[in-house]
Amino acid sequence: MSEHSENGLYDICITVNDREIRGKVKAETSLLEYLRDNNFTEVKRGCDKGDCGACTVVKDGRAILSCITLALQADGGRIYTVKSLGSWDKMHPLQQAFVDYEALQCGFCTPGMLMSAKALLDSNPKPTREEIREAISGNLCRCTGYQKIVDAIEAVARGEYK
Amino acid sequence: MKSKYSVVGKRIAGLDEKDKALGNVVFAEDFTLPGMLHGKVFRATKASARIKRLDVSKARAVPGVVCVLTADDVPNNESVKNVVGQTTEVGLLEAKHQVLVRERVRYWGEAIALVAAESPDIARDAVKLIEVEYEELPAVFDPLEAMKPDAPKIHGENNVIASWKLRKGDVEQGFAQADVIVENTYRTPRQEHAHIEPESGVAWIDDMGVINVRYAAQVIEHYRDIATVLGVPESRVRVIGTLIGGGFGGKEDVTVEVFLALMAWKTGLPVKLTFTREEMGYARHKRHPYVLKYKTGATKDGKLVAMEAQIVSDAGAYVYLSPWVLIYSTVHSTGPYLIPNVKVDADSVLTNNIMTSAFRGFGGMQVVAAYEAQMDDLAEKLGMDPIELRAKNFLKKGDVTASYQEITSEVWLEKCARAAVQALGPKSKGGKTKRVGRGLACAWQSYGRMTYLHDTSNCWVNLEMDGSAVVRTGIPDLGGGQRESVRAIAAEVLGLNIEEIHVISTDSQVTPLSGTVTATRALYMSGNATKLASENVKKIITDKAAEIMSVPAEKLDLKDHKVVLIDDPKKSMPLVEAIKQCHFEGKIPQSLATFRAPFTEPIHSDVIKDPVFPDFTFGAQAAEVEVDLETGEVKVLKWATAYDIGQAINVNRVEGQMEGGVAQGLGFGLMEDYLEVKGVPWTWNFHDYIIPTSMDVPDIKSIVLESGSGKGPFGAKGIGEPAISAAGPAAANAVKEAIGVRITHLPITAERVFFALKGGKD
Repeated sequence: MSEHSENGLYDICITVNDREIRGKVKAETSLLEYLRDNNFTEVKRGCDKGDCGACTVVKDGRAILSCITLALQADGGRIYTVKSLGSWDKMHPLQQAFVDYEALQCGFCTPGMLMSAKALLDSNPKPTREEIREAISGNLCRCTGYQKIVDAIEAVARGEYK
Repeated sequence: MKSKYSVVGKRIAGLDEKDKALGNVVFAEDFTLPGMLHGKVFRATKASARIKRLDVSKARAVPGVVCVLTADDVPNNESVKNVVGQTTEVGLLEAKHQVLVRERVRYWGEAIALVAAESPDIARDAVKLIEVEYEELPAVFDPLEAMKPDAPKIHGENNVIASWKLRKGDVEQGFAQADVIVENTYRTPRQEHAHIEPESGVAWIDDMGVINVRYAAQVIEHYRDIATVLGVPESRVRVIGTLIGGGFGGKEDVTVEVFLALMAWKTGLPVKLTFTREEMGYARHKRHPYVLKYKTGATKDGKLVAMEAQIVSDAGAYVYLSPWVLIYSTVHSTGPYLIPNVKVDADSVLTNNIMTSAFRGFGGMQVVAAYEAQMDDLAEKLGMDPIELRAKNFLKKGDVTASYQEITSEVWLEKCARAAVQALGPKSKGGKTKRVGRGLACAWQSYGRMTYLHDTSNCWVNLEMDGSAVVRTGIPDLGGGQRESVRAIAAEVLGLNIEEIHVISTDSQVTPLSGTVTATRALYMSGNATKLASENVKKIITDKAAEIMSVPAEKLDLKDHKVVLIDDPKKSMPLVEAIKQCHFEGKIPQSLATFRAPFTEPIHSDVIKDPVFPDFTFGAQAAEVEVDLETGEVKVLKWATAYDIGQAINVNRVEGQMEGGVAQGLGFGLMEDYLEVKGVPWTWNFHDYIIPTSMDVPDIKSIVLESGSGKGPFGAKGIGEPAISAAGPAAANAVKEAIGVRITHLPITAERVFFALKGGKD
């Protein structure tokens, strides 16, 4: 844990997408706020209360809600956002499946949804459809009806994408 | 699905989709400018009151606060708009709005002041230092109470702000012929849009003195509202619309743009404003709650003979789009059925409740809950299969509706209904304390705006020297893939791949205005405009190539960067050669095209006697639910949704709309219970306003039918709004079949089922 500095700010260092990000935060600064302030705006703010899942990132292999995680809690840790997955020329299988299966519409819940899916498949590479539904049940989507999201994750789990 | 086209009608993995999956999209709140301030709105905590004292001095004195604005700082704080088509009985409606409360608060959450500060924290803390003293005024929260002559008045002399009627035949005679009559009163809830992206944006003054507002906008034409409020020429306001993180009508009325422009204008600095989720819950408009009293009669062989309805909508404290929403309800109130005798009276009433306005379905939705419940209950009384009863009464192409509009496209309702029911497969088994039920609902929903609004849409297309193309269109993308549809249409006409088309969209000063992304009009209007402009460009090329190749132009087509002879594809010339020759002769392959919807006269009387809409989409949904007889819990087991969408542009996107419509409509029917007590909203966030998760929505079978008879490009109809309207009523009918009790009050929560099973009132 960081030392308390005089003006109420703490020095922290979080490795985001394999890049060390150093900065100063207040005790109450959320990880979401810290990430967005450092231009990781792919992490979305939907509700700021831990209800919608749009801010989901992966920490230590687990999908976490960055809006109800303090930046200080992530100090010294490794955080992965959707931008760690792939690029325009080399999409991650989950990203490619999301595009092919149209597992997104407006795309706002997508960064969080993908990170929940990533954490699921990393810990359980062959989930059932029910397990997929459960894994993304904390990620609200108002556009799709979830059908194509479940289809896309299932396609990756099936090995349709390498 | 096979398609006769090369791009259109297939499953298209769009370019925007890729950027969305990669996390590349710069949504409204993701955009920042150096030195940007952060705005915050101070809102009322009374539903009906007069402001006796407002003191912002302590907030102004906070270090880091740059401005605090009240009604006195707004150049034009009040706007008055006359709403078209009202009767003399009701009076030409003056819809009054205020940007910030000057004196009278009419609903809990109304905006009173704006704070712009150097950080979001400073703005948030400064707002808490604003002092206000209220004198509470009489209030009314029940629309039926608000209709009474002695009810407290919200604005002016009459709380009834709109009345529309249907009159066809003679209902008394009709009911006299009926062997069975079903009569009931239904209530539908407020519904929260719950788009995951909050309303947000950034405003700044550029180096030419133009006020720029970059925000999530369903209507970029709101630059005109900004100009009016600020008292500046419309040409000095520019709206740059972002890709929207969901809207569903929630970003149709003015959201952050006027507040943003005011703060930027007053400070000269860039400002960001994002509504909190709580603010979205308590201060932003909802779907209108309705009370629907319906009576329907049929003969013993299942022919509908009469329908009578009284419909009341709660308009909340300001008019907004309520009169229009009510026209939708009135026209759609009969359902997609041919009924010889119809009498419908619909009123929209002001109250001190949270305002209500546009929401996917736009008044066409609430009435489905009534007319489809009536159809099932009639079928039960007649001992008839619900599909057979409906099939005897469906509208057909060429029929004239009770609002005197001829149906000019195909009506594939019977196909849709049978396909949806069949797709459910074998019925699931219940348990000792669990009953399984199935329900069907059929619906119609217009696409395109009301024709008396004289809707137009513009698009500009040009070919570059290398044969790639640029499309410029104002149409916003609500998340439904509107921009990808436009890209696909241009690619189809110009014989290009989608990767070769760049679409610049949604900028009020750069792209030709294409109108709103509302009313299921985007594909119909901007799709047709894009098709027109692309065809004009194509004609410039084929005319030139015809000269060079010495063949008739109409025998030529564009394919794979070639101008080819249709009858003999071996005969061709390179597209780039034709483009080069066009430029050489000053015939630039470009076109600005305007698509015009049918224009009709304004509605002259409160009885609707003329066509109101360009066309309708028809479809059906079937649901299977399991009801726990001990707890009242309703679990959705299976779902099928079938629509004739005329022609799919992108099959993936059509299914996406249909599945999303199921989820949002299932929420409306079974789950989403917006709570307001004496005008005070209680459900502010997703932990108390519960929307469907991946555990609540079952696997959905989507059946896409293509009659090719729509008014959109390539014969397409619209699907955005139609996709939602039958969902809730299908679930309601399934619950009825499961428990044998009709629950008339949506949403059908466990509590309502529990008490209905106990024989109490719902």
